[in-house]
Amino acid sequence: MARSQGAALDRKKLMADPIMVTTIVVLIAFLTLFILYPLAILLVDSFVGDGSFGFSIFRRIFAMPSFTRAITNTLKVGFVVGILSALIGLLYAYVEVYVRLNKFAGGLFKVVSMLPVVSPPFVLSLSMIMLFGKAGIITRFLLHIYDNNVYGYWGIVIVQTLTFFPVCYMMLKGLLKNIDPSLEEAARDMGASRMKVFTSVTLPLMLPGLGNAFLVTFIESIADFANPMIIGGSYDTLATTIYLQITGAYDKAGAAAMAVVLLCITLAMFAVQKYYLEAKTAATLTGKASRVRMLIEDRSVKIPLTILCSLGALFVIMMYICVPIGACFPTWGYKFFPLTGKWFAQVFTKYRGLKAFKDSFVLSLIASPITALLSMIISYLVVKRKFKAKGFIEAVSMLAMAVPGTVLGVGYIRGFSGGLFHTGILQGIYGTGLILVIVFVVRSLPTGTRSGISALRQIDKSIEESAYDMGADSFKVFMTVTLPLIKDSFLSGLVTAFVRSITAISAVILLVTPSYLLITVQINEFAEKGAFSLACAFATILIVITYSAVLLMNLFIKRFGTSKNLKED
Amino acid sequence: MEKVKKGVRLDHISKIYQDPKTGKEFYAVKDTSLTIEPGSFVTLLGPSGCGKTTTLRMIAGFESPDEGEIYLGDEPINELTPNKRDTAMVFQSYALLPHYNVFDNVAYGLKLRKVGKDEIRERVLKILDLVELSGMEARMTNQLSGGQQQRVALARALVIEPSVLLFDEPLSNLDAKLRVSMRTEIRRIQQEVGITAIYVTHDQSEAMALSDNIIIMNKGVVAQMGTPQEIYYHPVDEFVADFIGEANFLRGKMTGRDGKQVTLDIEGSPLQVEGKDDMEIGQEYTLVLRPEAATLADEGGLPCEVVLSCFMGSYQNYHVKVGDTLVKLEEHNPKNKKIYAVGDRCSLVFDPRSVHIL
Repeated sequence: MARSQGAALDRKKLMADPIMVTTIVVLIAFLTLFILYPLAILLVDSFVGDGSFGFSIFRRIFAMPSFTRAITNTLKVGFVVGILSALIGLLYAYVEVYVRLNKFAGGLFKVVSMLPVVSPPFVLSLSMIMLFGKAGIITRFLLHIYDNNVYGYWGIVIVQTLTFFPVCYMMLKGLLKNIDPSLEEAARDMGASRMKVFTSVTLPLMLPGLGNAFLVTFIESIADFANPMIIGGSYDTLATTIYLQITGAYDKAGAAAMAVVLLCITLAMFAVQKYYLEAKTAATLTGKASRVRMLIEDRSVKIPLTILCSLGALFVIMMYICVPIGACFPTWGYKFFPLTGKWFAQVFTKYRGLKAFKDSFVLSLIASPITALLSMIISYLVVKRKFKAKGFIEAVSMLAMAVPGTVLGVGYIRGFSGGLFHTGILQGIYGTGLILVIVFVVRSLPTGTRSGISALRQIDKSIEESAYDMGADSFKVFMTVTLPLIKDSFLSGLVTAFVRSITAISAVILLVTPSYLLITVQINEFAEKGAFSLACAFATILIVITYSAVLLMNLFIKRFGTSKNLKED
Repeated sequence: MEKVKKGVRLDHISKIYQDPKTGKEFYAVKDTSLTIEPGSFVTLLGPSGCGKTTTLRMIAGFESPDEGEIYLGDEPINELTPNKRDTAMVFQSYALLPHYNVFDNVAYGLKLRKVGKDEIRERVLKILDLVELSGMEARMTNQLSGGQQQRVALARALVIEPSVLLFDEPLSNLDAKLRVSMRTEIRRIQQEVGITAIYVTHDQSEAMALSDNIIIMNKGVVAQMGTPQEIYYHPVDEFVADFIGEANFLRGKMTGRDGKQVTLDIEGSPLQVEGKDDMEIGQEYTLVLRPEAATLADEGGLPCEVVLSCFMGSYQNYHVKVGDTLVKLEEHNPKNKKIYAVGDRCSLVFDPRSVHIL
């Protein structure tokens, strides 16, 4: 059988659509240049960086005790954080889905799920140090413990768990809601106790989902740069070791090889998560719940669970609130009152805060529409069109999800500081705002693409086909049908990209040059120097910006969003 | 619509798909040649997986044939993208644009063709009048019933005045009653406009009610093409006979010939029917007998035994055994007729002219 004619015709039809062809070509070029190439150059560097091909660089870095220690440290932290986050996330999800919560507790849950989205990644490290450190409000002034050391393993574990468990909570909540209540009712009906129902029905159904949540957190934890940087002390993880290797030891080949090691770990985890667990989760929990769940009213269950979770939530919220308050203390660790606005004033008068905010804001503002549009285009191509390079586009844009920011940062340094393959071509973009924008785009692309793909899968394929059939070309179809139908997803992608960009640090800290000041980098610097009040002041303003962006988006969607009245259909 | 009517011609069309599980390639449509006359209403009918929808989607341009050429009128259209083809499709799911109201949905194709504003308004209103949706222009599509959505989809396809109208099982999402009234409606509109229409369905009564010609497809090939009467009374094989209406198959060896009349031995009883020229004595043949063409009597036909007797209102439903062959029949208007009970031995009687030899 020869399918050549059909394939040739499909190709001809595609070529008859110049906008589409251009888009695909540009997209492939972009993905290759800014995702594949930097990773490839890391491989090249680590195998031939010292002049001859071989494993000599790997042998060298594995002989460094600091590096092997960093590997075990990273895995130890990732493992514990993954387990703790998944379990705490499950507890919150279970309580929200199964227990009738009062308004107050419900509100707390919502805030907790929101906070990590709008705040920069290392805020909790700051408040951890301020609350529980040597000069911490709680440890020193309430409990009179004078030598509490928050730096190191437990500091990272606690901070990362508090940062990542809300993500698990949101993931598991969605899955629990999909469990058909009649399954559990059947078990109850046959005589199982509530505990037995949980262990014999709910938990087994949730296992793949829990595994999924664990791995996602594991990857996040391994890739996390800012928290280990601030609260890790001498306890180095892979991300910080790579950073120090390149900024402190100027060992670029060594850093590249380390980045390859880190990348291999996250890629392996990602492969398991994506191809094994995700499929399994979907297989066990697909159907929609057939009816409304009977919520647990039993006070002996309800009250302790609600109190426990509410206290936890309050604690997390307090950690976040600590940041703006910390920015108002006159002298951290000595004088707490009267509260002062001098740090905020100093941010702008002494430390060029205005420029930092302007740079961060403008670069993120440029990056977010590009990211949002790009991810919608990729989703459209992946879900609705068929062409040869589709698999490549999908795979590479998802691959970016598994690449830790630090790895990408090192890849960009190696890949662009001397031009493409060290030839000087494109060298011009290194050190400019452009490369920062590109990093922002690449870092946010996977999330946007993911949400775009799931939004597009909801839309009947024949709607676009009908427009095509009526005479619209691909560009027209995309602009008049696809985009309006996924407007909400586009808008939220816009804001997510903005928030992610303005709070990003791991990759940009390696790429930023003195001509650009980024808020997150400033916060990191002041925190390193121990100037916590200034760091808090910067962080507070940042949170205000991101939170306003999210609020604005919600307002905008409420007013102009289409999906709501479409969903009633 | 002063446009010259165009027909559609498929010239040795094949489409090969790959089974996603086994990776094996198979023909979804195999070496199919068809001619659809301008202005006619043709139905592609067949069980699911027979290739009818694939054929339609190749005509629309969504799929590309792996072999052969498709012509619209005299023009080969293989290389044209769907938006460049002079066809319009009515989708199974209606596929209305949910963010547009009725008017904008219908006007969509005209706007793409850069038709002037006033003319758009005029043509949209005229077509909405034709599908009896006047006054509904401002409604959003999710405020319409299924039947109304179907009419919008039809209006949207008609308004761009395509040469060929394509229907992909458009009525399958409607309830039974609405389905019947909508199909009359579709036929009326097609006749009024005089447009060439190709209609895919798996519902034989829909095909019967709508079509000038029916094309029966099975396993990727055309089993038979003809008017509804031809297909019902003269099916070419058992598949067609069985697929259209109910059919009983009586098998027998030919034992003699007398001019046009041949004698067949059916389960030990001789049966005289009008034969075909190429029939030979000693060969085995299959007869098609429609359930409504036979009746039961005490004697005078093929001896049989009743195994099911069931009152259905307008008819009495019987299953009888003639030898080892099960025959289903419908005795219409059974009120003043003798009703046979299960276990009765009687005779299967029919007019020899009403059987068809395969």
